[in-house]
Amino acid sequence: MTREITILSGKGGTGKTSVTASLAVLAKNAVITDCDVDAPDLHMLLNPAVLETQEFKASRVAVIDSDTCVQCRKCEEHCRFGAITQQGIDPILCEGCGVCVYVCPLAAIKLEKRVSGQAFISKTEYGLMSHALLNPGEENSGKLVSLVRKNAKKVAEKENCDLIINDGPPGIGCPVIASVGGVDLGIIVVEPTLSGIHDMIRALELLNHFKISAQVCINKYDLNEQNTLNIILFCEKNKVDVVGKIPFDSIFTEAMVAGKPVIEHAPDSKVSNAIKKIWRNITQSIE
Amino acid sequence: MIITVASGKGGTGKTTVAVNLALSLDNVQLLDCDVEEPNAHILLNPKITQTKPVHSLVPVISEDKCVYCGKCAKFCEFNALFVAPKTVLVFPELCHSCGGCMLVCSKDAITETKRKIGVIKKGNSNNIDLVYGELNVGEAMAVPLIKAVKAEINPSKNVVIDAPPGTACSLVSSVHKTDYCILVTEPTPFGLHDLKITVQVLKNLGVPMGVIINRAEVGDKKVYDYCKQENIPILMEIPFSKKIAELYSRGVPFVTDMPEWKNKFQEMQKTIQRCQK
Ligand code: SF4
Ligand code: SF4
Repeated sequence: MTREITILSGKGGTGKTSVTASLAVLAKNAVITDCDVDAPDLHMLLNPAVLETQEFKASRVAVIDSDTCVQCRKCEEHCRFGAITQQGIDPILCEGCGVCVYVCPLAAIKLEKRVSGQAFISKTEYGLMSHALLNPGEENSGKLVSLVRKNAKKVAEKENCDLIINDGPPGIGCPVIASVGGVDLGIIVVEPTLSGIHDMIRALELLNHFKISAQVCINKYDLNEQNTLNIILFCEKNKVDVVGKIPFDSIFTEAMVAGKPVIEHAPDSKVSNAIKKIWRNITQSIE
Repeated sequence: MIITVASGKGGTGKTTVAVNLALSLDNVQLLDCDVEEPNAHILLNPKITQTKPVHSLVPVISEDKCVYCGKCAKFCEFNALFVAPKTVLVFPELCHSCGGCMLVCSKDAITETKRKIGVIKKGNSNNIDLVYGELNVGEAMAVPLIKAVKAEINPSKNVVIDAPPGTACSLVSSVHKTDYCILVTEPTPFGLHDLKITVQVLKNLGVPMGVIINRAEVGDKKVYDYCKQENIPILMEIPFSKKIAELYSRGVPFVTDMPEWKNKFQEMQKTIQRCQK
């Protein structure tokens, strides 16, 4: 059976993607996904070559035919999103619900599908990758995340991969929910800052809410050892495993500038050794 | 004037900039629209004076009147309704509160009820009026809560909005109809990549923008080249400093410990105001 884990962070910028990239290298036979569909970064470290592209059309948008419209303003009156004004329909505010289409007595409005992004299946040096790109400003990122995961499952089955590693999106809203639903394990990468701890707790609550087992990985732990200790104590109290601590090191940024996972860029660095240890802990717990 | 601080991705120092900017100005209101992970209050420790729930409307089906015709479910674009032979199921997390099902039901079987999706908290700290939203955990839709936070805007103040990360609907609703957007980025390939996407969104929205480079000198020079090429002004550079990082980890905004930065933020705001005119 294919196992699936999602790396989360509550907030972006905790080094989640850098850690994920290295785990992808260590995993060998895994399918890797980038579930951060509005600002994906993982491809910059894994350099995928696209094999398949798929258009993603989820949302619709209302369009008025100005020749038929007699300006009765019924649509404006009923639109709850304030998307219709005398200037026409604001596609940013329009949610594509179709109420205006329904109330228009002259059938002057229709809903049109909009292309909201693209999904890709790619090949990397370290395995297959499922990823996507949401068009700037589009909604429905949750649905695109679901598509990314569906594609990953398909290729995992076809290629007999026993693990899927998802690089999760930031936050705790719809895309994150879509990236953790039904996975075997959620790993939260946290920095020892007050806001980091706050975000970790919210991410843990989320995993709890969906009954997904959680582990915590502390990045840049030596930035504030007191906070690191607090994280460890908090996790102990709440029976959450801390799978490892990674020191603060500019090697992460150097690897990023070089466009490589840190474990390839500096295999014998302290950072890489810490990540290897984390990987051992994770694999033990999902066996 | 309403200034939004955005960043494409989290962790670039967006909240730090928003809070430090707010602390440097007079007569300020700070709105934290990152309702999934609001952090500004952690740096500000406000005294919360008001907490109010935010609701969305979801349909309720009266089983007495319903004839299970299925019109409502057919109408719903978001699959929030499912009509079975003897019951109608409502999936409130999927409902966008458009009111359409109520309109199409010919039996008057649908009414609406309020469902709590989160709270808005209001408070004050260091003369800053702070408003922030907290989305209930497990709740998918952030946009209605962001709109509720923005409904609190006080136009007689210098308004600073801390936007959520990402470039999708949450960012768009935060930055929609604001006067200026400050983009906080890092001079690394990740930073540049996210910056480019965010710039595209702002161009589509027609919001003028400028860039603050945080942790300047950690990466490479490509962000600078890009800004020059796109004619986006670089408003400020914040160096990588262990002191700033350490203050942040303790939840201390750096202008309180390094007051010389207050001036720089004030100057920056004046520059922004000037290019508005
Ligand atoms: S449209 Fe009205 S009557 Fe028909 S299934 Fe829906 S609630 Fe029931
Ligand atoms: S209000 Fe709109 S979104 Fe909600 S259930 Fe009814 S039709 Fe669907």
